[in-house]
Amino acid sequence: MNPIQSLVKDLADKHGRKRESLLPIMQGVVAQEKYLSELAMIEIAREIDISASEVYGTATFYSFLETEKMGKYVIRVCKTITCAMKGKNQVMLTIQNMLKIKLGETTPDRKFTLLETNCLGWCHKAPAMLINDDVYTELTPEKVREVLSMYMKENHVN
Amino acid sequence: MSDKLNITINGFQVSVKKNTTILEAADEQGIRIPTLCYHKDLCIAGNCRVCVVEVVGQKRLSAACATPCEEGMEILTNSLKVRNSRKHIIELLLSEHNADCTKCYRNGNCELQELASEYKIMTQDFIELVPLKNYTIDAFSPSIIKDDSKCIRCQRCVRTCAELQGVNALTVSHKGDKMKITTFFEKNMNQVVCTNCGQCVNHCPTGALVEKNYIEEVWEAIADPTKHVVVQTAPAVRVGLGEELGLPSGSRVTGKMVSALKRLGFDSVLDTDFTADLTIMEEGTELLTRLKKALVDKDENVALPMATSCSPGWIKYIEHMYPEFLNNLSTCKSPQQMFGALVKTYYAKARNLDPENIVSVSIMPCTAKKFEAYRPEMHDSGYRDVDYVLTTRELAILIKQAGLDFNKLDEVKYDRLMGESSGAAVIFGATGGVMEAALRTAYEIVTGREVPFENLNINPVRGMEGVREASIKIEKPAKEWAFLDGVELKCAVAHGLVNAKAVMDAVKSGKADYHFIEIMACPGGCLGGGGQPIPTNPEIRQKRAEAIYAEDSDMPIRKSHLNPEVAKLYKDFLKEPLGEVSHHLLHTKYTKRERY
Repeated sequence: MNPIQSLVKDLADKHGRKRESLLPIMQGVVAQEKYLSELAMIEIAREIDISASEVYGTATFYSFLETEKMGKYVIRVCKTITCAMKGKNQVMLTIQNMLKIKLGETTPDRKFTLLETNCLGWCHKAPAMLINDDVYTELTPEKVREVLSMYMKENHVN
Repeated sequence: MSDKLNITINGFQVSVKKNTTILEAADEQGIRIPTLCYHKDLCIAGNCRVCVVEVVGQKRLSAACATPCEEGMEILTNSLKVRNSRKHIIELLLSEHNADCTKCYRNGNCELQELASEYKIMTQDFIELVPLKNYTIDAFSPSIIKDDSKCIRCQRCVRTCAELQGVNALTVSHKGDKMKITTFFEKNMNQVVCTNCGQCVNHCPTGALVEKNYIEEVWEAIADPTKHVVVQTAPAVRVGLGEELGLPSGSRVTGKMVSALKRLGFDSVLDTDFTADLTIMEEGTELLTRLKKALVDKDENVALPMATSCSPGWIKYIEHMYPEFLNNLSTCKSPQQMFGALVKTYYAKARNLDPENIVSVSIMPCTAKKFEAYRPEMHDSGYRDVDYVLTTRELAILIKQAGLDFNKLDEVKYDRLMGESSGAAVIFGATGGVMEAALRTAYEIVTGREVPFENLNINPVRGMEGVREASIKIEKPAKEWAFLDGVELKCAVAHGLVNAKAVMDAVKSGKADYHFIEIMACPGGCLGGGGQPIPTNPEIRQKRAEAIYAEDSDMPIRKSHLNPEVAKLYKDFLKEPLGEVSHHLLHTKYTKRERY
């Protein structure tokens, strides 16, 4: 059994094998793998006896269930209106210049992936972004440079 | 309490049964409310909104398909508010729809086009979104073309694939303006679990899902004087074709169809029913052989229940979903492929033709047959056994293009050598038909007596129930079949792959102890096939089934083993069922596939 198969099996043992187990199982895979690979989705479909296309349809519906391989750190910049009005574009430009990637791309060393997301609920401290599960708010180009430098200094890359 | 409700529709008082939707209530009064996402075969979705009506006292319009009538409801189906909203809804749908109608395969038979015409949508007030959408066309499957630029996301295909077929090859992915109908990981249709059954094509209101057509290829073959073009017609085509040519559902047009095919220029017009009879000889013998192995030789490796193998949609489904049961499939090719293999061998020899110059065309109620003909193993004659497969709909197009007045054609008989058939063969087109035909022959071979049913009509296996079971007790068999004495032959019939799943799960879990199962991929069997006229719905399937059984009753020969041409085929060429030549030309192997 390959690692994904056993991960999916363990998650199904934990969450059950009904239709409603689909989301917690997918979240469990994403928590470990950062994304749902083709193989992972086929295994999930097999475990709970639904079609692989339904797993794919569900995965693509939710912003936080990625279907492409992600970098070690997934940056999600809030694109919703309050953040946009408070300078999200400048923040985005700064990140793109620092990492030399465009929106939706992953750095060649697979350390960072840059995405947008819908409202994070931090409108009162806009603009906001997430790096994996950590939230950063009241961003300015300067602050974003500081935060990213911190992550970039870390040498260990998966 | 009364089970009736009093409502008014457009000011007229009517009384309707409880749980009637507004759409149904209006229909009873002869008022047609337009629909797109609604289909009688499917659950209610209520997503296209064109059926909106006004309920007096309510602020918002209601979808007629999804709203049940309530006591005292005042419904307006054609108020100004309704008309304007409906018109805007159609315009919005069109703003995302590639409305290049003259270049569309469904031109003239498109529900969206009809609505646009009915509401005279002459201008486009909304921003044209088609150029911004990066729509793609998937034409890699030999059976089905999926053109997202024509899709209105009504999800009839998704519901068809899930509810009727349980395949779920198609799904809804993404959300909002990026929402689309797609497959697993947006792969091409030929790379996923799609069985090519074409039910999505039959249920699509627009040209987003259509069959891949081979009309020009067939015209070219007919026009080529060096080619001998043979055509075979499947049992269900003769009870569906009329609908495409202006006749009511259930019209029996066998003779006119043969006449039309001759006038189109086919060199020989033959009948797939001939190889349906042949299938019974081969498959019946195979079943009895397996039973003997199981009961007499106590061979534990013999795969029972044996399942029929006529339906290529079912074959691809089991290859994907139950590959551990491939040995349970009969090794018989489908009648189409048996026919193809014989045309370029037996027929070629008898008619003194070079098989190189034979073009073998088949007319099928089916899109999966196109895929089947292209399977790499279907070259047993040394050539591609069947060159082109046309659906019932494509045949109607040929007939219209040739300018034939179908109604005025004479009734003509099939050509000979592979044109003779029995009533048992024609019922292959209905769910339960293969089972009935097999029982008529097998019972008689084993006991020497006719099946114990009035007029040979084995009613327990007929009908539209999703899964039907029947058993026949074998008594006083002939000497060589003595081991079957007292055996109760247990059979099951399923149609629509969602029912096939139910049967297979029962077999897999050991709950069912059938000997023989018949499975047809499409609801109703081939008469409700994906290549049959659009629309197809429960009432239409019922009428086509009645026509098929009427064809059977009117045939002079009702049992496959009495077909004289089949007897001649065995005498001159095959020698015996399951013999060496049969094994080479008429039997096949299956391929394990992935389940996505």
